[in-house]
Parts: sequence; C-alpha cells; structure tokens
Amino acid sequence: MTSVPTAPTGLGVLSPRRSLADMLDDRRVLSFLFMLPAVGILLTFLAYPLGLGVWLAFTDTRIGRAGVFIGLDNYISLMGDSVFLLSVFNTIFYTTVATILKFGLGLWLALLLNNSMPFKAFIRAIILLPYIIPTVLSAIAFWWIFDAQFSIISWALVKFGLLDRYIDFLGEPWNARWSVIAANVWRGIPFVAICLLAGLQTISPSLYEAAALDGATSWQRFRHVTVPMLMPILSIVLTFSVLFTFTDFQLIYAITRGGPVNATHLMATLAFQRAIPGGRLGEGAAIAVAMIPFLVCATVFSYYGLQRRKWQQGSADD
Amino acid sequence: MTDVAATPAKPRDAQPDATDSVGMSFLTTRPKLFITVYLPLALFVFALLFPFYWMAVTTFKPNDELYNFRAHNPFWISSPTLANIEKLLFQTDYPAWFVNTMAVAIAATALSIFASVLAAYAITRLRFKGAQTTGLLIFLAYLVPPSILFIPLATMVYGMDLYDTNWALILTYPTFLIPFCTWLLMGYFKSIPYELEECALIDGATRIQILWQITLPLAVPGLISAGIFAFTLSWNEFIYALAFISSSENKTVPVGVLTQLVEGDVYHWGALMAGALAGSVPVALIYSFFVEHYVSSLTGAVKE
Repeated sequence: MTSVPTAPTGLGVLSPRRSLADMLDDRRVLSFLFMLPAVGILLTFLAYPLGLGVWLAFTDTRIGRAGVFIGLDNYISLMGDSVFLLSVFNTIFYTTVATILKFGLGLWLALLLNNSMPFKAFIRAIILLPYIIPTVLSAIAFWWIFDAQFSIISWALVKFGLLDRYIDFLGEPWNARWSVIAANVWRGIPFVAICLLAGLQTISPSLYEAAALDGATSWQRFRHVTVPMLMPILSIVLTFSVLFTFTDFQLIYAITRGGPVNATHLMATLAFQRAIPGGRLGEGAAIAVAMIPFLVCATVFSYYGLQRRKWQQGSADD
Repeated sequence: MTDVAATPAKPRDAQPDATDSVGMSFLTTRPKLFITVYLPLALFVFALLFPFYWMAVTTFKPNDELYNFRAHNPFWISSPTLANIEKLLFQTDYPAWFVNTMAVAIAATALSIFASVLAAYAITRLRFKGAQTTGLLIFLAYLVPPSILFIPLATMVYGMDLYDTNWALILTYPTFLIPFCTWLLMGYFKSIPYELEECALIDGATRIQILWQITLPLAVPGLISAGIFAFTLSWNEFIYALAFISSSENKTVPVGVLTQLVEGDVYHWGALMAGALAGSVPVALIYSFFVEHYVSSLTGAVKE
C-alpha cells in the first residue's frame, strides 16, 4: 500500500506496470505466491483431514449420517474389543520382525553389492524391481505363491522330499503371519539395501586400510568402521521403514484381508474394514488415530536414538 | 570421450586385475569371493526376482497346466497361450483402469511438480522468514501415512462431490507427492551455485526469469527424478483409490485387478496374474529407462 505511491523514481507514467513488476520481484510477495500452491494443497488435504480425523474419532459418524460428539466412547469400546487388541499385537509383531529381517538382510545385500563385480549397475537395477512394481500386484503374486493347493513352495519342498504334505500358508494364524511378513520383507529389502549401499559408498577405503594395518579383524572393521559411519543414514532409513511398515495396508489387504479369523489384521486394515465397508467412520477414525502415538514413539526412538549414539560417539573422539 | 581418457592409463598398470579393485579387495581370493559374495548374491537375486518369473509363467499357462503339477513341470510352460491376456483386455475393464491410472498419475505428478518447484525455490533461494521451519514442516508432512488420512479424506471427498471420480485421486495424491518432490528439489536447487543467480540479478533479471531461465534448466535431472518417482508412486497408490472409487470403470489398475478379477470364491489365477503382469510392465519399462534417476532420487531423499 504505502510503497507504491512513494516509489523513488519520477516515472509516474509507467507506475502501474512497474509496481506489478516490483511486487513480483519483492521477496516477500514472491515467496508467498510461490508457497501458495504447495502449502494450500497440504493444508487442505493433509493438515485439515488430520485434524478432522482426530475429531471424527470422538464422534459416532457413519457413512451418510453426521455424527455427534460422544467423547472417548470409541476408545473405551475399543479397549474392550479383542479384535482391536489383536490387531495392535499383530501390528507391533509385524513391524518388529519385518524391520529386523529387512535391515539384517538389507545390510547384508548392501555389503555384497559394495564389492566390485561385473554388471554391478545391472544387478543393482534389477534388485530394485520389487520396490518399483506396485505392491498390490506383487502381493497378488505372493497370494498365488502361498496358495493352499497350488503353492510352488510346497510343491518344491515335497518334490525334494523335505515335506510330506502341503503347507497351509494362509489358513493357519501363525503361518499367515509369517507369510505376510515374508512378503513385506521381500518388498522392503531393496529399499534398505540401495539406501545403505549409498551410505557404504561414502565410507573412505582408507579407513579400512588404517584399521587393517592396526590389526583389526574383518568383524572389528565392520563393527567399528562400517557401523558407526552408516549410523546417520541407517537412522533415517530405519525411521522411514518402521513408519511405513507400521501403517502398512495394501499388502495385508491383498493377501489375507486380515484373515484367517483376524489373525493378520493390522490397525490400518482394521480401520479400513470398520470405516469403509462397515460404514462406522467414527470407530475407524479412532483406530487410525490410535496409531499416531505408536508412530511418534517409533519415529522419535529410531531417529533420535540412533542420532544420539552417533553424536555421543562423535563427541567422545574430540 | 571415455576411450581417450582410458587408453593412456592402461600401459601404466602392470596387473590388469588392479584396475577395478577397490581398497583392500585384492586380499580376497577368487574361490573365497565366490562363497562369500557371488553365491549369496545369486540367492538374493533369485529370491527377489522369482515372484515376477512366477507371475509371467502363470500368465501364459493354459488352465490344465496351471492346476496339474503332476503332468507338467510347474516351472516351465509346454504350450504357452495368450488366452489370459486376451480375457484381461477384452472381457474386463482393464483398458479403462489403465487409462484412469495413466490420467491420474500424469495429472497428480504435473500438479505436484508445479507446486514443488515453486515451494522448493522459495525455501532454498528466496529465503523468506521461516523458510527453514517451512522446509521442516513439509518434510514432516511426508511422514504422515495415508492409512491415517483416508477416513477423514473420504468424508471430504463425499462432501466435495468428488466421490468416484478421477479428481478425488488427482487432488489427494499430491499430499504425499509434494513433500517428497519438494524435499528432493530442495537438494537439487542447493547444489546449483547461487553466484549464477546473483549475476543474473545484477544484470537486471527478475526472480521469475531467473527461475525459468537459469535454475530450472540446470535442475532438469532433478525434475526428471522427481517426476518419474512421483509418477511411480501415483501408479502404486492403493488405499485412496480403494476408498474413494466404487464403480469398476473408474478404478485404477492395482484396485481393479485386485477387486474385479476375483469372482466370489473362484480365483482365476491365470487372469489375476495377467492383470498383475500388465500392471507391472508399464512401471518396469519406465523404470528401465530412468534407472539412474530412480537410484539418485531414492538415495537423495534419504541423504538430505
């Protein structure tokens, strides 16, 4: 308002045009305009629904009917709901086991890929395929691999004489849990391996040479050179991995839909089942919101936990 | 170019093996290398690729081979058939799902890249007050999983009368695409020397001219990475497409294949695998053209 009339030049004739150009070149105006699309979309479709979800969890909203505020009733009824409690257990079990396996195997694969070998770029490219292909579509392939009657795994094991009858992969609770974990680990390994490989490649070979000259064994070189140098990237990859495994939906939905007898229901699939086909949006929202504390804890733990260790090790050297 | 550089270096190396060895790798012998590296690596590659092989083999098998392991070796096809593909293309809505997925992925990617370029430029270059905090908040937005948002978003989509339309997906996919793309592009913009922009500013260029004529041309690899990755993420998205779309002809490929190809308790495995294969091939093709961009965006986003 004030700056336009008191523009320092005497070129009054050109002032309307210049003022527009000036405005567009003003950092604050331009910043506002540039941030508008991204911030607008994120506020409308991310921040607002996040708040709305928390609100819905306190109501008894159903599809096609606005709900009224019922306080903590949804949470109280969920605390006595054995299916919900089972889904919490399943989610924690699924996340813990899958994450440990993904990082163990992923780190191993990254270390293997860190060797010089022919066709390295090609091998790296095909290893990423499970991560690129839509999860649901590869999950359908796993569904078929885990089929009770025509499972190729059972067939091969029987053929080699290791088993005498077919495994009922998805019909028995613990078999089903391990089967979906296997599918999740299969999909997660490439991401972990390629990220950790990027981290491994930044470690200077001279550190290993120095350690070897000091008589460090290969295990000691791994433990005291590789692991600390990988910590920063490991903590971030771990945070992402825990977050996305904990909230996993599509893999379970495609392979078991939560069955047999809710044995593989995760909190996300249960929230979907109650909210969209079941129509109880309020209750579904409460289940989804119940994930948030776990997510915050997991994020804080894996991110700051590992960061602090790195920081402590760094400061100990000074 | 590379030949010229490589030739003079060759005579100087006495041992040909030494050229591609890194660090202390010369210490390991060939048999040991085989056991500790190549064998486990081969097992990894086998395990990671087997489901795709199985998908492809099942697609081209006739039904009698599919369900009779006694008479036929399941790992091979004796009489390949296109019946499953034909059924998928002409007796299901697969072509419509494909068009929908393509349209949604392209529109959501374009929208996200537009918003992300502006946001990333403003955060890294205009350095307005609170730019750092905004950058951090956008990163945190990436950590909000769709499984938490889909229920309130479903009510919003109903309320905005977008239910069962492509727009429901085009407007919601940017919630996970914009944070990712912005974060990635911020890294690219930071790597471009600021001096270039200062020179242009002194020469009287406006900020928009600078962005359009200097920064963006230099950030093309970053734009490709972000665009390709956003496209793949949109193609893969499942939970929003499952919750916001109801009629078959409006579904996306992942949702359509999973929900429309199963009739009751009868699973047509041949057709299901054909659908899975047909949905995977486009992504795999794009991926094969831009492998390096994928790897750099994947690792770049994590390293920042």
